[in-house]
Amino acid sequence: MLNLTLKVWRQQSANSEGRIETYDAHDIPESASFLEMLDIVNERILNDDSGEPIQFDHDCREGICGQCSLTINGIPHSKERGITACQLHMRKFKTGETIWIEPFRAKAFPLLRDLMVDRSAFDRIIGAGGYVSVRTGSAQDANNLPVAKTRADAAMDAAACIGCGACVAACKNASAMLFVSAKAAHLNLLPQGAPEKNKRVLGMVRQMDTEGFGNCTNQYECEAVCPKEISADNIARLNRDYAIAIADEATL
Amino acid sequence: MSPSSCSICRFWHSSIGKKLIVALTGLFLVIFLAGHLAGNLLIFQSSSDFNEYAEMLHTALHGWGVWGFRIAMLVALALHIMATVQLTAANRAARATRYQKEATMVASKSSRMMIWSGLTVLVFFVFHILHYTVRVTPELKELAEFGQNWAMAIKGFQNPLVSIFYIIAMALLCSHLSHGVASIFQTLGLRTRKTSGLINMLAKAYSLTIFIGFISIPISVCFFGYGKKELQETEDRIEQAKANGLDTIDSPSSQH
Repeated sequence: MLNLTLKVWRQQSANSEGRIETYDAHDIPESASFLEMLDIVNERILNDDSGEPIQFDHDCREGICGQCSLTINGIPHSKERGITACQLHMRKFKTGETIWIEPFRAKAFPLLRDLMVDRSAFDRIIGAGGYVSVRTGSAQDANNLPVAKTRADAAMDAAACIGCGACVAACKNASAMLFVSAKAAHLNLLPQGAPEKNKRVLGMVRQMDTEGFGNCTNQYECEAVCPKEISADNIARLNRDYAIAIADEATL
Repeated sequence: MSPSSCSICRFWHSSIGKKLIVALTGLFLVIFLAGHLAGNLLIFQSSSDFNEYAEMLHTALHGWGVWGFRIAMLVALALHIMATVQLTAANRAARATRYQKEATMVASKSSRMMIWSGLTVLVFFVFHILHYTVRVTPELKELAEFGQNWAMAIKGFQNPLVSIFYIIAMALLCSHLSHGVASIFQTLGLRTRKTSGLINMLAKAYSLTIFIGFISIPISVCFFGYGKKELQETEDRIEQAKANGLDTIDSPSSQH
């Protein structure tokens, strides 16, 4: 069993003043996941009638949905590589430790309550070009569109993005470049997405700028915290594709 | 406005467009530094070679070369600074509430102080221009008027304050370049996971070469007395020429 001290960001609503509150998390089983630890703390808050439970986003709890959005000791999803906060186990902590838990912080992710933030900016970026507008009738023969193995692999790696927003939360500038570049790359690399590549790149980058995300300064914090280990190669690719798209737009 | 006529302003106002401008102007400045260092190192070859090189720079293309270059340099610098200051301001604004507990996974120290290393180098740049191009100090101005650029450079570095500021500025330039050179590749879309190791090594090697190359001059002059004797001789000959009412001196004695 672990005895921990939690420093948790508490904030009633988007416009109210937030602050760090300290919680005593005693007798936490090592086998619990990080979110289960928060469940235990919340249950005690409710049982003791000692205030409002801590609000946090969660859904699948198996690292797929991209809902959990906790910054643990200053690092989104914790310092463990390639996992979401829900996949983090309490055995990674030592008894007596103090754990800081904060929301994903970015101006483009307005805080809703406690540890919950509004990440719909990502949906609007997808809406600005992160799709393929072709007829979606009956499936055609799989071999009609040959795709080289290396391209298929690169597209698949980019498509692994779950849109959790950890890249934004970790970036020193709250830039969304890793997300945008992954979502653009997974379509741009494939023959189905290629015809709308330039339109997609311009649309998504412009929406990203409109949402108020910061600018990439090539520090690769995003890549280090990404639970799906999306590569910053995608950012280089997006930079290149943007230059091509804007030249194309200017001359057409 | 038609889409094509506002493409340039759209490019400037977009996050990636502005970064591409930073990368391209940065590349220009990086290449300039290599040329500048190569020329400076002639200081160790001989005073006559160094003076000849300085003369060549000022007379290239009938004197237009140096002005063409100065204009290009000013434009590149202005764009580089304007874009990076605006980007930094936008980056600060993008996280209104900071983390109570800050942590860093992989970002290098150099990458996190780019704006400060850059602005210090800018202050140094202004000083450097006033020192060796405008020549606000009368002694340096006189040496240059007699065509003695080698002696002027030595005289300038004999001042320990000048040399120490120079060395500090070069250290910050080295830090700026170690992140900047690698960033050029990423922003221009030329970096991949496979080449990232090589690019980082190249950036470090380049910035160290620039650092060691440039500081070798103030260190040898200020701390090891390089060129002291020959500078004295040149100054004596200038005094003599002035006493005789001449405005030139014979080419310097060192013909090694």
